[in-house]
Amino acid sequence: MSSKTKVVQWDPADIKEELLKKYPPKVARKRAKQIMINEATESEAPPEIVANVRTIPGIITMRGCTYAGCKGVIMGPTRDIVNITHGPIGCGFYSWLTRRNQTSAGPDGENYMPYCFSTDMQDQDIIFGGEKKLEAAIQEAYDLFHPKGICIFSTCPVGLIGDDVHAVAKKMREKFGDCNVFAFSCEGYKGVSQSAGHHIANNEVFTHLVGTNDEPRKEEYKINLLGEYNIGGDGFEIDRVLKKCGITNIATFSGNSTYDQFASAQHADLSCVMCHRSINYVADMLETKYGIPWIKVNFIGAEATAKSLRKIGEYFGDKTLIEKIEAVIAEEMPEVEAIAKDVRSRTEGKTAMMFVGGSRAHHYQELFNEMGMKTLSAGYEFGHRDDYEGRRVIPEIKVDADSRNIEEIEVVADEVHYKPRKTPEEIKTLEDAGYQFKHYDGLNPDMDKGTIVVDDLNQYEAEKLVEIMKPDLFCAGIKEKYSIQKLGVPMKQLHSYDSGGPYAGFKGAINFYKEIDRLVGSKVWSYMKAPWQENPELTATFVWE
Amino acid sequence: MLLRHTPTEIKERKSLVVNPAKTCQPIGAMYAALGIKGCLPHSHGSQGCCAYHRSMLTRHYKEPVSAATSSFTEGASVFGGQANLIQAINNIFTVYEPEVIAVHTTCLSETIGDDLKQIVTKATKDGKIPEGKTVFGAPTPSYVGSHVTGFSNMVKAMAQLAEPSSEKNGKVNIIPGWVEPCDMEEIKRLCTMIGVDTTMFPDTSGVLNGPLSGEYKMFPDGGVTIKELKEAGQATGTIALGEWCSADAARWLDSKHKVPCTVLDMPFGLKATDRFIDVLRTVAGVSIPDTISYERGQLVDLISDMHQYFYGKKVAIFGDPDQLISMVEFLRSIDMCPVYVVTGTPGKKFEKRIKELTSDMPYECKVKAKGDMFLMHQWIKNEPVDLLMGNSYGKYIARDEDIPFLRWGFPITDRQGHQYFPTVGYKGGLRLLEKILGLLLDRKDRDSPEETFELVL
Ligand code: SF4
Ligand code: SF4
Repeated sequence: MSSKTKVVQWDPADIKEELLKKYPPKVARKRAKQIMINEATESEAPPEIVANVRTIPGIITMRGCTYAGCKGVIMGPTRDIVNITHGPIGCGFYSWLTRRNQTSAGPDGENYMPYCFSTDMQDQDIIFGGEKKLEAAIQEAYDLFHPKGICIFSTCPVGLIGDDVHAVAKKMREKFGDCNVFAFSCEGYKGVSQSAGHHIANNEVFTHLVGTNDEPRKEEYKINLLGEYNIGGDGFEIDRVLKKCGITNIATFSGNSTYDQFASAQHADLSCVMCHRSINYVADMLETKYGIPWIKVNFIGAEATAKSLRKIGEYFGDKTLIEKIEAVIAEEMPEVEAIAKDVRSRTEGKTAMMFVGGSRAHHYQELFNEMGMKTLSAGYEFGHRDDYEGRRVIPEIKVDADSRNIEEIEVVADEVHYKPRKTPEEIKTLEDAGYQFKHYDGLNPDMDKGTIVVDDLNQYEAEKLVEIMKPDLFCAGIKEKYSIQKLGVPMKQLHSYDSGGPYAGFKGAINFYKEIDRLVGSKVWSYMKAPWQENPELTATFVWE
Repeated sequence: MLLRHTPTEIKERKSLVVNPAKTCQPIGAMYAALGIKGCLPHSHGSQGCCAYHRSMLTRHYKEPVSAATSSFTEGASVFGGQANLIQAINNIFTVYEPEVIAVHTTCLSETIGDDLKQIVTKATKDGKIPEGKTVFGAPTPSYVGSHVTGFSNMVKAMAQLAEPSSEKNGKVNIIPGWVEPCDMEEIKRLCTMIGVDTTMFPDTSGVLNGPLSGEYKMFPDGGVTIKELKEAGQATGTIALGEWCSADAARWLDSKHKVPCTVLDMPFGLKATDRFIDVLRTVAGVSIPDTISYERGQLVDLISDMHQYFYGKKVAIFGDPDQLISMVEFLRSIDMCPVYVVTGTPGKKFEKRIKELTSDMPYECKVKAKGDMFLMHQWIKNEPVDLLMGNSYGKYIARDEDIPFLRWGFPITDRQGHQYFPTVGYKGGLRLLEKILGLLLDRKDRDSPEETFELVL
């Protein structure tokens, strides 16, 4: 690293121009709207970013597909549901254990996550239709395992040949009686990114599963944690901290989750949203249907964790809880601070770039701040405008043909179970004191003026950004990892954390500090050039001569 | 128990595949295409497939894997992907400047019936393909065969680039099949030692095992060139390694350009390597250099030293047909007993071949093509083995059943270095033996009670 000379001051506008220079005019015009120079901090009307629009054919994107968002991200971490991919073998194979969702099988011991189930469609199924095969596959899965639930995921060809997966699911659900079978029309081509798949998954889970367990819950301070996927054990650490504070987590959507967690989610009194992108609408639906308010939280970063815990405490407004939370923070922080201080002496002033799916490109900036590191550039792989600019722009977002593909479900207050958790007066008192419900300001305000925000970054732009700005660290996914490292810049996977984690909560912060310290301090980056490459001129003769 | 729900009782399943021992065609096509110099693989379909294939190849090879996609949305899926592909071709040549784009289809574009040839013709007519650049493609419908079939289809498409010519260039085409980049390097080393001038395709050495130098080359220096592929029809002959991976391309060159071909097993282990070297000798019309006989002798030496530990040990093995065939033969040659053999790739011939190779075994060999790992695990539960061999997904079975586990095949996602250490040839054989023995003896050391724990083994 030390041998690398930093490019002094590039004007952000020049950087943007450099990124666009090589594109054909049409591509350049489109990309120009997805690359913005951030000035949102104070200005009244920050420039609008174009997001959640189609990927340009031929431009090497970081994005995946709708199926990946549905089966991989949302349903992947649910352990006691048998997830059957209906399609040719590939999709099921690639989404088999590749997201580093950890899980504990729990006392009941039900865990299907290490399994991959597929109908492995063959050409005759494509020609004659795959419904019969799907039906038989569901039956075989039921006979083998008798699970609580079986979910069906449609892949591209299934949508094309018109298999009615929902009808098959319904038929089997009724036939079994003791196994909930439902399906997802999450064909890869459905949306412009994984984001469509999150939406499809959440809608079906909400329709077929949430609220089906009526048995009341007696614990205190009940919350749901939305948009946390237990990558590298994040969810375990968050659960540890919550439990220590006396907070009950009814359901995590969907890290280390179970069928019954979803079924009981209506018993919570507050929803806490981690990844705004993947799940914010579920929080809204829980509020509309059951009267559960929601807040945005962030458990990435020790300060952020403390802040989020206090926010939960303030919501319940109970003195014992608030004291308990303060006690836990007081107990956890010293170790975190000690390590931050040590690490900071080496990480202060270093720079990072971050391009990950949804909220991670925002949340991790907190951790870097704690280490004195600055984020030069960031963006989402499949964010929407509200993830950048905040929820206030939601009403302005134009619904295009691709978004219209994704069914919006109509939710109304449940006649039996709707119960407002706070009176309007209580809400008002909290809000007057500065408490924010249903609020998210997005990524842009937290980034410095002049930093570059890029939606749907691609390989070419990534390489250019790294060449121009020479960050000390780049964060993205596995596909990007090695091309960045070839440039001599360490690359940290933030979707799946390489082999590390957890990075959430207090213990996670410590892990992250150490990991980043290792990465930016590794000697390997100084070995790029051999001695004879550093000094190619032969100016002396060897002593032997 | 991670696979706690796997019952011992085996029931026939007709529709549900559980824990597949194969994946889909395009990933094989993508890997093969990376073995062409200056080539950007292109996935014609929706972008998810491309993302998955790139991720999986990257996890295995630990190297950048670039590939573009047509990024179908609903519209393209209904009206056809022609517009997307032509737009993609234009963007790719402008932005990334490859020499070649190797297109493969996905189950989506296959189902809607996109015709690659016709689209490429149109792109040429529209002037989207710059002078001197190449766009070609292979059909890889995922609902037929497996990743191995996709590899084979792309290799065949490469062979089809050969141009008619009455000249001969004295070279030998070597089609190595789906092996690691370092294996391709090793095969080339052997050819050079014998003095056979070769065109190897695909050739991922130098592409997927490149150095770290502070420079990123989207198109590394390795790979077979388009010029070489065009001249493949002028070769003296073709040696195809692996019936499933390589034979189609070789036979096509034979029938179309009269390049005679020999299809051999992949050179894993002693005997398959012997046959390969022997063919090279005849092709080159030379006698084998002592250095190679010396290497062979070292392998035989190691087999004799280690034989006491291998004799009669039972092995369960899963993977791809060509690799399995040679490996089963190797295991038999050191008197190990491959009792369960599973591939996800269909093919009746496979089962027959494995039966033949294991016919002298004291146990019956259970073999299944188009099988899955769930079945293999059930077999193991009913009657345990001493060693499990296969890709990383086997680690769940290995842990549950407490079996030593050798990672071998594709994909290996949880160990590193396999891209650098060949397992083909005599040298590769040494490495395989060393690894197998290490596992068996580690196990012995772990299991021995203190009183029989020994320093010298
Ligand atoms: S949609 Fe088809 S080609 Fe794509 S990953 Fe799935 S099986 Fe493979
Ligand atoms: S943080 Fe990103 S990768 Fe993770 S669930 Fe949210 S959107 Fe997906």
